[in-house]
This record gives sequence, structure tokens and C-alpha cells, in this order.
Amino acid sequence: MEIYLPIADLPVNVLVILAMGLAVGFISGMFGIGGGFLMTPLLIFLGISPAVAVASVTGHIAASSMSGAISYWRRRAIDIALCFMLLAGGIIGTASGVWLFTFLREIGQLDITIGLSYVLLLSIVGALMVAEGVRAIIRARQGKPVELRRPGSHMWIHGLPFKLRFKRSRIYVSAIPVWGIGFIIGFVGAIMGIGGGFLLVPMLIYLLRVPTATVIGTSMVLTLVTMASATVMHAATNHLVDALLALILMVGGVVGAQFGARAGQKMRGERLRLLLGILVLAVGIRFALNLVLTPDSLYSIRPADTDT
Amino acid sequence: MKTLCAPAFVLMLGALAWPASAAGERLVVSLSDHRVMVTSSFVGEEIVLFGGVEQEGASRPPRSGYDIVVTVSGPRQNTVTFRKERMLGIWVNADSRVFEEAPSYLAVLSNRPLDAIASSETLRRLQLGLDNIPMPQTASVNIAAAGSDDPFRLALIRIKSSRGLYREVSNGVTFLAPALFRATIPLPAEVQIGDYEVDVRLFADGAQIARAPAPFEVYKSGFEQVVTAAARDHGVLYGLATAMMALATGWFASVVFRRD
Repeated sequence: MEIYLPIADLPVNVLVILAMGLAVGFISGMFGIGGGFLMTPLLIFLGISPAVAVASVTGHIAASSMSGAISYWRRRAIDIALCFMLLAGGIIGTASGVWLFTFLREIGQLDITIGLSYVLLLSIVGALMVAEGVRAIIRARQGKPVELRRPGSHMWIHGLPFKLRFKRSRIYVSAIPVWGIGFIIGFVGAIMGIGGGFLLVPMLIYLLRVPTATVIGTSMVLTLVTMASATVMHAATNHLVDALLALILMVGGVVGAQFGARAGQKMRGERLRLLLGILVLAVGIRFALNLVLTPDSLYSIRPADTDT
Repeated sequence: MKTLCAPAFVLMLGALAWPASAAGERLVVSLSDHRVMVTSSFVGEEIVLFGGVEQEGASRPPRSGYDIVVTVSGPRQNTVTFRKERMLGIWVNADSRVFEEAPSYLAVLSNRPLDAIASSETLRRLQLGLDNIPMPQTASVNIAAAGSDDPFRLALIRIKSSRGLYREVSNGVTFLAPALFRATIPLPAEVQIGDYEVDVRLFADGAQIARAPAPFEVYKSGFEQVVTAAARDHGVLYGLATAMMALATGWFASVVFRRD
């Protein structure tokens, strides 16, 4: 079932895209992440240009985080005040990211930047998660209780001014690191076509000491808003959002996410984190090989912007 | 594809006849389709070009054989070719050339290899064949002389060829009768929207003796057209609509799968 994508300007098989949406949706539901870091590379692999893939995936992530956010909302597991403060930084981060995306595209270094960012971010985060997961499992094997890492010692972050109290999360922190985290997530998300859930959740837990009860719901709301606004900004500046592609991905994604969430609830937390870490690390290594191995063709072409 | 008997076909096309060359041959050509529609089920298309050679003045005997070269060129656009180089162990786009107004699609169809039809000198003068199509370029650092063996130019042609967008087919034109021919123009799914030029040249004894154009248009229609136009002309609204669609899909899923 071939269908011609209007913006990507090439025909794709609807069933393949739908299956990809389902598979990535399943993983995203299982781990409570957006799954953009898997979807964008898959689309690029199918022959869709990295720019169109990044811009269109933002819509897909917005959809899956919307359905996730609604169910967390019903369980009252979202810290709205924290969301707003993160968003203040997130929107500025997204706008800067879209600006840099446009600039890099003009000078022809967008693809390499997307590639390098994936390698760095995914390898580091993946390695950390694998290490953490292995440690947790070893501890569990030895019969020690799985330690929830919320030590009382304060880091420098907790000495910053403009302190705010977030009631639902029961934390009292400075607004500066909250804005900073929001900015980083928005910025990275716009350039790499990822929601940043796999980055945001550890940051909230380890840097801001947000309790696990509210962390995923809060992260989903942030992802939802940054990705929805990234869709609008990418559409307005680069005209690269393929609505048809995004729609097919969304439909597969939201359905897959529901089944993934059920599968995830049956697994133990530390094992889940280890699996996610391995997945993240594997994608990072895949991108690293792409950059280091000699490519089949040293040359690539693209249309120059006609208005320049 | 229509099947037509030869004389009727030539007669029918008589009205479209192009001014005759000095040599006395007239070339009449027509396409099976003047407008190619790109819809959501578009996976590429073939258009068929029919043509006939008409003698002017019955006294002249037909020559030993005619040759036909058909050049189809798609909408022109500035195209950048990047070359990767290894920097600090990784491959990055280092050098680039901008090809000004390079055709997005280019097919050179002939009834036998081009070098058998005319001398390389003639082909170069008439700019026939992928090697001889002019492609002016500007470099990112300095202006380079662009010969037909320029690596950036060759890479552009190679990449375009691998996608089926550039091609040189030496058996792309079939003679149905000594003065009647047919050529199939293959348009892959990736073709650009816009106006296409078809330039048909008649050769005899290594020299061009007549020439005729047959333009056609590739256009998006229906849903594809609406989406493309919206994305280009109303970016913000289009983005808002896509974002709303995402939110609606997410909301819908949470309603459908609601368990609590």
C-alpha cells in the first residue's frame, strides 16, 4: 500500500510506517518516553531526509505524550507548577533549537550535527543508564533493598537563589536550574527531533529530587508542549513538517503506547531501566559507526534554497 | 497507451508540425499526456512520445536512416553537491559546489548510442548527452573550472542517476517505421512538480536536420496539492493544524483505551 508523502516528496508503504509507529509506540509506552530518538533514525533509514524526519516526528511525539499526559492527569500525578517553570525555559530552548536547525541547514552541516548529537547524547546517557541498571540488579541479587537515590546531601544547585516551593512534588528548589533544564530539553528536542523524556526524567530525579510519583507525568506534559510548539515552529520556518507522515506515525504510536504501558507495568523498575539503557546505547553506537566508517559515497546533494 | 496506425497518426499531427529545416524534413511530435498528475497513489509514470518525419518535396529520396535524440529536462533548481572529508576521525561535509539551475530531471533518449549518431564535437556543440549538458557551478571557496570530468559534477550525475532522475538511454527511441518513432519517458515517483521541456532532434548522416519541442507539466492535485500549498504558504496555520491533529489523536487514544 504505497502512499505519496506530500512534503517528503516520495512514496512510502503505509503499513511499514504504521508498523514503525506501533513498535516505537510500544517501547515508548513501556518506558514512559516519547521514542523520538528511535523514530527519527528509522525514518532517515527509510530514505526520508533528516530534516523532514526531525520536523515530522515532533508531531508524532506530541500525540503520544498527549495520550500519556491525560492518563497521568487522571491519576493526579502531574506537578503543574513545576511544568510551567520548566516550560518557561523549554519554549525559549525550542525556539533557539529551531533557529540553530535552520542555520545549520543553510550551511550544510545539519546532518552531521544531528548525527553527532545522537552519538554524544545517546552514548553518554545510555552508558549511565546501563551502569545504574546493572548496579541496581546486582544489589537486588545480593538481597539488599533497591536503594532509591535521594540522599540528603545538598548539591550546589540547591544553594542557588529564587527558591520556589512545588507543592505536589514536595520540593523546594531555585527557579534557575528548573529553567535551565527546560531550556536544554527544548533546545535538544528541536534539533534532534526527540522529546527528551529519557533525559528529562533522570535530570528531574537526580538534580531536582522530584519524587518518582510525579516525575513521568510532569515530563510528559513538558514533552507535549515543547513538541507541539516545535511542530508549529518547524512548519512556520522550514516548511518541512509532513502532516500525512506525522498522522500515520501518530495513529500507530498511540495504539502501540497503550500496549507498551501494560507490558511495562509487569516488569520490575530496575530491569526496565537497564533495558532502556541498552536500547539508548545501541542507537548511539549505531550512529557512531555511521560517522566513523567510510561512507559508500563521499558525495551528497540537496536543493539549494531558491530564495537565497 | 494508444495504438495508432502510422499514416493516420502523422496526418493527425500535421497541424502541430514544426517549421521545416532547410534540409526539407519536418519533425512532428506529440505526447501521450501533456499533464501528469501527482496524487497520493503516485508511484511514478511513463509518458509516451510519438513522432514522425515528414518529407517536404517528394523528389528528395529518403536518406539511409534517421536518428532521433530526445532530451527531457525537468524544472531547474540550484543544487548543492557536498563532499565529505574525514575530520578528527569523523566524516563531515567539507567542500561543496552549487550547480546553478541544474535540471531536477534529465533524460537523454536515443535510438542508438549518441557517439554513433554524431561526432563528439557535434554532440558537445549541441549540448547533447549527460556529459555535455552545461551545468554552471560556483564553489564555496573558489570558482572552479567545471569540465565534464569534474568530480562534483560526476557525483551529482551519479546520485541523480541512482534515483532514476538522470538517465541516458541509448535504446530509448524505437523506430516503428523508417519515418515514425516512439519514445517512452520514465518519470520516477521522486520527480519534481513543474514544467518539463522535451527537445526532439532529428539527425541524419551525423548532422542535426530538424528539431521540435513538446513540453509537458507535472502537477500535484487534490489532497497532495492542498497540503503542499498549505505548508508553503500558511506555515503557521499548517503547523497549528498539525499540532491540533496530534493532540486530538492523543486524546482520542486515551478515550478509546481508557480503563479506569
